[in-house]
Amino acid sequence: MEVTWIGVLIKAIIILAVISAIAGFGTYIERKVLAFMQRRLGPMHVGPYGLLQIAADGIKLFTKEDIVPQNANAFIFKIAPVITAATAFIALSAVPVFPDFTIPSWIPVLGGTFVPSIASDLNIGVLFVLGMMAAGLYGPLLAGMSQANKWGIIGAARTAVQFLSYEVVTGLSILAPIMLVGSLSFVDFNAYQAGGIGDWLVWKQPVAFVLFLIAGFAETNRTPFDLLEHEAEVVSGYATEYSGMRWGMFFIGEYANMITVSVIAAVVFLGGYDAAGTLGWLFIMAKIAFFFFLMLWVRAAWPHVRPDQLMWLCWKVLMPLAVVNIVITALVMMV
Amino acid sequence: MGLEQFKNRNVGTQNYTMVDAGHSPQGAMCQFKQVVKRTFKGELFVGLWVTMRSMIKALFANDMHTVKYPLEKLPISPRYRAIHDMLRLLESGHYRCIGCGLCEKICISNCIAMDTRYDENQRKEVSEYTINFGRCIFCGYCAEVCPELAIVHGPRYENASQQRAGFSLFEDMLTPIDKLNLQQEYDGFGAVSPNADENIKQTPLAY
Repeated sequence: MEVTWIGVLIKAIIILAVISAIAGFGTYIERKVLAFMQRRLGPMHVGPYGLLQIAADGIKLFTKEDIVPQNANAFIFKIAPVITAATAFIALSAVPVFPDFTIPSWIPVLGGTFVPSIASDLNIGVLFVLGMMAAGLYGPLLAGMSQANKWGIIGAARTAVQFLSYEVVTGLSILAPIMLVGSLSFVDFNAYQAGGIGDWLVWKQPVAFVLFLIAGFAETNRTPFDLLEHEAEVVSGYATEYSGMRWGMFFIGEYANMITVSVIAAVVFLGGYDAAGTLGWLFIMAKIAFFFFLMLWVRAAWPHVRPDQLMWLCWKVLMPLAVVNIVITALVMMV
Repeated sequence: MGLEQFKNRNVGTQNYTMVDAGHSPQGAMCQFKQVVKRTFKGELFVGLWVTMRSMIKALFANDMHTVKYPLEKLPISPRYRAIHDMLRLLESGHYRCIGCGLCEKICISNCIAMDTRYDENQRKEVSEYTINFGRCIFCGYCAEVCPELAIVHGPRYENASQQRAGFSLFEDMLTPIDKLNLQQEYDGFGAVSPNADENIKQTPLAY
């Protein structure tokens, strides 16, 4: 089926709309799951079981007064949340989200248009996604530095330290599966593991899987590594001076990044999707949902680490392990 | 075991048992061994299981801790000292207060004001009785000193108001005569709360 520009446009709009909605819904899920794990009820009063809490939060975020601090660099302050949200969604353009489908022909204008599963099936998909997530570092970094707030500066410094360090681990850990598959395209990864559970790359690359997960938690700023905005230490880090929808964009970006990392982990290590049937898509949804749940679960269970422990973990444990993993993979492939 | 060893405050002379808290690793090799040991010990997964178990219990075993306060209320202890109640004699329905004035005397915040007179049977009757709840510190002396168990602390604890002074009259606190059969006898300061059995739990020491 031929991919037309209008199909890609529709896909882009679908990704934007659905992932934004899921990001909003993710906040509800997160609050509920954390509440249950702490034997609380969570949001209960807005709508049945608090389901409309997202709407209430949305109204609050959109109508809240937009404050730019007096000594802040207003332009950079305003553009920083956009960078976070934009890079998160740009990264999603190269990962498979939802199945291929053709719009039925009875729909007036768009009938018969083929909508692909990946908005742009780049041959360097993995590299592009990792690069985009790395570029996302500029969001918190510029936000923290532009807001004329000491906590923001500390948050920005931690951003640079944490994201740059863990980029290394993400890249190196995913390099071993790339060597096995011999391609950077997510479709090739999917095809490589098409033979069922026994073919999943997690069995061949367990170390890379664990390393990627750990680094993914750090890249998405999730709880054992949420140093950028840990309230007990740096008030809210880079987001201290933000409120309303500007803060909401950081939030949406973070949740979109969580989804991206979940999708990469599911496609690269856990077999991905089955392009032929509907059931395969249900399975990848389940896998993505599992990784998303894992992030919430870990947040409820584990304390977070100190910055020096974070660096220790990255440079003295994870990075050497990733390199050793690559060397062993290369030797096994050569023999 | 007697009390003597608890009364001995001379630090160092007691017979303490040292708890084995492990020791910090000496040297690089020991540190490395500790890291490896902790990595493969799976303690992190114990933490994950604890939260998951809490979630399963909360969802399926109805072990949820939230009380939706204005809609649900926990039973309060009989020792709780909230707004006062004036009780009646169960047999005759007459109020128990004999107008002795002890509560007024003992009140340390001077919030009880009362006036009494002799009625036609030469019994003391209460003509005026007010408690200023803006001043009352709910110390419970009035209930403790009352020889007739006439003034007691009731269970009404939601007494926020918009002004500081809030006077309650004798009739406001008196058990209504048609609700005499519902009058709760005062359990006393030493009584346990009605749900005391449910509140007994194992100390969460072991995971």
